[in-house]
Amino acid sequence: MAETTPVIKRRRGRGFDVRQQTGFTTIAMLCFVMLYAPILTLVVYSFNAGTSVAIWAGFSWRWYESALANTQVQDASIRSLTIASFAAVLSTIVATMAALATTRTRNFPGLTFIYAFINQPLMVPEIVTGVALLIFFASIKVATGYTGLGYLLIAHTAFCIPFAYLPIRARLENMDLSLERAAADLYATPFQTFRRVTLPLLWPGILAGGMLAFVISLDDVVITELVKSGGQDTLPTYMLGQLRRVVTPEMNAISSVFLAISIVMVTIFFLLNRKKT
Amino acid sequence: MSAAVAVEAKDVSKIFGAGPGEVRALDNVSVTIRQNEFFTLLGPSGCGKTTLLRLIAGFEMPTEGSILLEGEEVAHLPPFKRHVNTVFQSYALFPHMTVAQNIAFGLEMLGKPKAEVQSTVNAMLKLVRMEELNGRRTSQISGGQQQRVALARALAPRPKVLLLDEPLSALDLKLRKEMQIELKRMQLETGITFIFVTHDQEEALTMSDRIAVMSKGKILQIGSPTDIYEHPTVRFVADFIGETNFIEAEVMQRIATDGQIKLPSGVVISHPLSENVGVGAKVTLAVRPERIDLVRPGTEAHLGGTVQNIVYFGTDTTFHVALDGSGQEVTVRVQNRRGHQEVLKVGDAVGLRIAPEAMQILKD
Repeated sequence: MAETTPVIKRRRGRGFDVRQQTGFTTIAMLCFVMLYAPILTLVVYSFNAGTSVAIWAGFSWRWYESALANTQVQDASIRSLTIASFAAVLSTIVATMAALATTRTRNFPGLTFIYAFINQPLMVPEIVTGVALLIFFASIKVATGYTGLGYLLIAHTAFCIPFAYLPIRARLENMDLSLERAAADLYATPFQTFRRVTLPLLWPGILAGGMLAFVISLDDVVITELVKSGGQDTLPTYMLGQLRRVVTPEMNAISSVFLAISIVMVTIFFLLNRKKT
Repeated sequence: MSAAVAVEAKDVSKIFGAGPGEVRALDNVSVTIRQNEFFTLLGPSGCGKTTLLRLIAGFEMPTEGSILLEGEEVAHLPPFKRHVNTVFQSYALFPHMTVAQNIAFGLEMLGKPKAEVQSTVNAMLKLVRMEELNGRRTSQISGGQQQRVALARALAPRPKVLLLDEPLSALDLKLRKEMQIELKRMQLETGITFIFVTHDQEEALTMSDRIAVMSKGKILQIGSPTDIYEHPTVRFVADFIGETNFIEAEVMQRIATDGQIKLPSGVVISHPLSENVGVGAKVTLAVRPERIDLVRPGTEAHLGGTVQNIVYFGTDTTFHVALDGSGQEVTVRVQNRRGHQEVLKVGDAVGLRIAPEAMQILKD
């Protein structure tokens, strides 16, 4: 695959090229400005020495230091990471099993329906899911009296499943079926075939799926806001709460760190998926 | 010839799908493949040859019938419980393993001790002449080399039968010729029964001990390459393998198996007949182009015609002759043993002479 890519690129350059259309560069630049100018401003003001998020008063690390020292931020960060890790691992396991079940079985009636079923969180509006969970969990809380982190863990795992599922399924579908056949032909039992052939080849897809699930969980606001009990703020809901009061560049600092983590994760996800199949 | 039986398929049918859309990929097929034989399943795509191979490998289960491997019923055993190995059309090498790891896979799955695995892998690398590449990834070697690794991997566990699913189709012509010879050598060296699937008649003729010609889910004829080429029994076989002229004729008389057959020219010849052809029956004769002699028109000739076209091929020259009366075109190939001789030209009247044993009566 890697060898053919440059050839295709060259051929495209010779023929019709959308970049030669009048105004292409202007529109493209405008899009990039709209996408990145606000984020850039946010990051720049996280280094502001003053207390305003709009008036520059020199460079300083003070807001990073203050964010780091803020016990509420520490608390929310740890909770966010805990939930995201738990949700990523569990949803990836479930997603792997679902992907195997939907690609390594004979085509059966209703398979498309099952795809839709698995991808429910992508289709149902998040606020609807959030309200539904709020009401559903409320009745469980009344019945059992349990108010721990469990509700958030379950909710996050559930809505992360399709994000983990999609890259894993894509990888399975691109995998040459005759590889598993060859393993079976060479006396590997179905479990040995999975361990020795399917899993090693699927691994990049699983990692990518887990990574994506982690980022999605880390960044969720709507469902978390509705499901969390008192004192269970994650980093995004804590930030949302703070923004209702005074806005200091501390928010910018937290956001910038958050952004950095997301960029790193998405880059890893991209690199894993780009690796030759 | 009475060697032990390696594989036997008995009344095997395979139906894909159900209802009006069902496809009968194999229709009541029976075949016996002997041990140490290079057996080829030959036919056009969709004839059922690959389905039969998959049934023997265990990737598909037959709808009806049984498959015996050295006398043991295996039709419903999963592939990992059958002592047969496959060389896949796409090779299906494990991309996350080295050449040596690929070859060792089957032996490891069989639980062979490490030392034995190692020595067998080395022996296999030697057999396929790949010793120096054992540490390479399969993505780092050429198509021809991948082919050899796929062969070594399938031969390493010493299967009772090796199944080859059009393994040479991805190679270029020169490499394909080389591998044909190599495959035959490996089959003789290892003494393993090979079942080879191909749609390439030349490949089948050059490598096989016996060939089964298949069409539309049935086996039409089984025989040695010379049998299949020189004595085709049905029109499809005669047509699919090599070039053939079909000449319609009529049975005039028969005494026991000796028949008198009238050719379209009116000439009556003697030809042995099989039991179920009666007087008055129309029969089709298959005649290979190289078995026809060009003679002067007249008494010597069995058929008369006019030269329509002459094509020079270097080693031989092909004459297209339109028969008198019907105008049917007959192809005649003459070897240029004394160089090209321009005795005939387009438009000349010519006689065709065919030795009786070169005429093959076909069942339709």
